Amino acid sequence: MVKVASLPRYRPVTAPAARRHIVPRVRRNGSAWAFLIGAVLCFSFFSWYPIVREVIMSFQKPVYGGGNTWAGFSNYIRIIHDPTFWQAWRNTIEFTILALVIGYAVPFFVAIFLNELRHAQGYLRILVYLPVMLPPASALLLFYYFYNPQYGLFDDILHFLHLPTSQWVLTPGDGFFSIAMLSVVIASTWMNMGSATLIYLAALQNIPGELYEAAELEGANIWQRIRHVTIPQTRLILLLLAMLQVVATMQMFIESFVLTNGGGGVDDNVQSVVMLIYQYAFALSGASNYNSASALGVILMVVLAIFSGGFMWATRER
Amino acid sequence: MTITQPSRIAGAAIRRDRKASRQATTSTRTLISSVTRNSRRGKIMYRVVLALVIIIFTLIFIGPLYFLFTDGLKSTQEYIATPPTLYPHHPTLSGYVDAWTKLGVARLLWNTLYYAFGALAFQLVFDVAAAYSLSKLRPFLGNVVLFLMLATLMIPATVLVVPQYVTVVHMPIFNWNLIGTPEAIWLPSVANAFNIFLLKRFFDSIPTDYIDAAQVDGASRLLILWKIVLPISRPIIAVVSIFSLVTVWKDFLWPLLVEYGYNPTRETLNVGIWQLVDGAPANEVVAASAMAAIPTIIFFLVFQRNIMAGLTAGGIRG
Repeated sequence: MVKVASLPRYRPVTAPAARRHIVPRVRRNGSAWAFLIGAVLCFSFFSWYPIVREVIMSFQKPVYGGGNTWAGFSNYIRIIHDPTFWQAWRNTIEFTILALVIGYAVPFFVAIFLNELRHAQGYLRILVYLPVMLPPASALLLFYYFYNPQYGLFDDILHFLHLPTSQWVLTPGDGFFSIAMLSVVIASTWMNMGSATLIYLAALQNIPGELYEAAELEGANIWQRIRHVTIPQTRLILLLLAMLQVVATMQMFIESFVLTNGGGGVDDNVQSVVMLIYQYAFALSGASNYNSASALGVILMVVLAIFSGGFMWATRER
Repeated sequence: MTITQPSRIAGAAIRRDRKASRQATTSTRTLISSVTRNSRRGKIMYRVVLALVIIIFTLIFIGPLYFLFTDGLKSTQEYIATPPTLYPHHPTLSGYVDAWTKLGVARLLWNTLYYAFGALAFQLVFDVAAAYSLSKLRPFLGNVVLFLMLATLMIPATVLVVPQYVTVVHMPIFNWNLIGTPEAIWLPSVANAFNIFLLKRFFDSIPTDYIDAAQVDGASRLLILWKIVLPISRPIIAVVSIFSLVTVWKDFLWPLLVEYGYNPTRETLNVGIWQLVDGAPANEVVAASAMAAIPTIIFFLVFQRNIMAGLTAGGIRG
């Protein structure tokens, strides 16, 4: 593309003339920056500066009477000695794995299903996407009441089917893949699966039909066709969504916050890392500690960066 | 996918795509071949599966919404009765009326609309101007700015809440305290690298000749943006606007931090209804969340084409 700003069309080639063009060039740059400055200021204050500030704050501690002083790694050491820290990480990873198994595979198969249908596709698409549009607090409060052990709907359904009733989110015990966490994942999947489904559906519609034709001629059955045509053809989008989903679910907050009413569940068994950041900074026994919260934020940021980098490296085109 | 309101230039290409995709959904084969499909057994199977899918999907996705809307019509006693009733035996509007007047849903709704449309205005002005500058005016250091903006896409949003909060409490240089003001939501929303990315990519596809021709005719840069770039870019502006509104509407953690605890309330619907759980009767809380959901559902049904197009054509966003 021609650079309009830096290469004016009718520039004379003589040297003095070129010097005379410095003034309009500066003016052009000035007006270009005038268009840019609003966004640059907002990015500086609310994006770039906080990134730097978070790292700085994580190595500082407040001084009695105001101001900050360097604290080395003491914030980091403090939080890793907090038993809730490990609990929150374990819960977050548990949530991520469960959400990957349920919330990642289900939309893919739902999309394959929908793609085969020749009727009512528009209706079904709207249905799947509807929960995504609800305010998350509305959707989660609905589940909060469904899960209620006294008058909730879900226990009533179980009772009707003569199955043992459950405490759902309030189930004690924090073994890996606990009922409590599973309940959180179910609500989260219901609320979020629409967007992934529609993205898969668009990807499926781009698969050329000849590939299925060829596979069928060679005697591939339906599973082999999914395995050897559908999945390789949608590989890129599958990988991208897997990565985005892990990064998003590792930041899980509102699901357990609303479903446990801000408590983190029985013995913190659905407490997440971001919830812990929130509690350190804003709620933990009144004494807000931005520095420890920042240290936790830096750890989460590094973990996610390592994950994303590793994932992209492992799945690169060879 | 389709985009409504195509501009004249992008329109031709989009119409062609739309035609192709319509043909694709009717004639291109998918996983199951038309031979299998059209056999007697295939036709019966298809009917059965279609009916099952429609019933199951309606139950899963509309079922909870049914309770969201009807539970608010129950009295408090009926709501907490065991076993729960499937429909309100003595429907009363008092739950909705009380939620609207006593619990202040009207106020919450107004706040949310105010924040959402304000954020939209700020984003449209600053992000469109910045993307136009980066795409067509190419200022000095523009590429560095673009890189730094896009790099923030790699930083997960929630890990920055603590330094962002500290910045909003005390903005450096300006010495502003934005807590409790609408600007605390509006200004950070501008720092959205995804908007910049989408807009710039679209602006890049606008032929430079148009802009050069207008420049030769003596149009100023603002006039070019207003008269040439914006009319062509209507589809992408629609996508960005919808996502911007939905993002503010659905956000929870940030408004919880910056707009919490004022009287009269400055909270958003999402935070406000979560806060009701502790004090208010359950049926009123459900009525409140139903009312919070109504605007988004209407919005979705009206703009569903644009929303789904934005999801797949515009890129991926959790």
